[in-house]
Amino acid sequence: MQLARVIGTVVATVKTPGLEGVKLLVLQPLDRHLVPVGGQVVAADAVHMAGPGELVYFVAAREAAEAMPNRFVPVDHAIVGIVDAVRSLANDASGARAPAVEPPSAAPPAAPAARPRVRRQRTEGRP
Amino acid sequence: MKLARVVATVVSTISAPDLDGRTLLVCDLLDPSGTPSGGYLIAIDAVGAGAGETVLLLDEGNSARQVLGAPGAPIRTVVVGIVDEVTGAGTTS
Repeated sequence: MQLARVIGTVVATVKTPGLEGVKLLVLQPLDRHLVPVGGQVVAADAVHMAGPGELVYFVAAREAAEAMPNRFVPVDHAIVGIVDAVRSLANDASGARAPAVEPPSAAPPAAPAARPRVRRQRTEGRP
Repeated sequence: MKLARVVATVVSTISAPDLDGRTLLVCDLLDPSGTPSGGYLIAIDAVGAGAGETVLLLDEGNSARQVLGAPGAPIRTVVVGIVDEVTGAGTTS
């Protein structure tokens, strides 16, 4: 699994059978310091709650389809969780420290959410 | 399998049901000498690995699900061991 930022949504009316009702989001993969790394990918949202601007983690390859309600769907990237915080451990041997809390999103969401979203209660990760 | 060092944890309250209650560890990948080789993976902890420890990562889905006893879970990377030392080409790290 890897960290990623949701940077957009994909709308597709014609899809292969099995993908109906699956929300597709554009992800920018991040390194563990939350710096963008590599190319953007389209991922299925297996938690049904991720939206533009959010920090998430995703699973790739065959395991992505396992996250979907129908396991036999052509999905190769799936969001499997929303990140509240990446908590660096005290004796990080490399000396490099990941931010203890999620920094505000650098880029504004690329597209507005298609429906009103209920804000989640965050227990931590916000100043 | 891959060598890695545990550097952080991911706190997540909203996740796929199969991941509920599992510890997510951010692991920097290492070369055999113990130097970070650049990449990282978020892995599920199966052995109780802690901060700064060098660990063995399993990065294959079927084996990962078997280790965790979680058939059908969207899991690919699991921490399956804590490394005491790596010896090779006359060097020990």
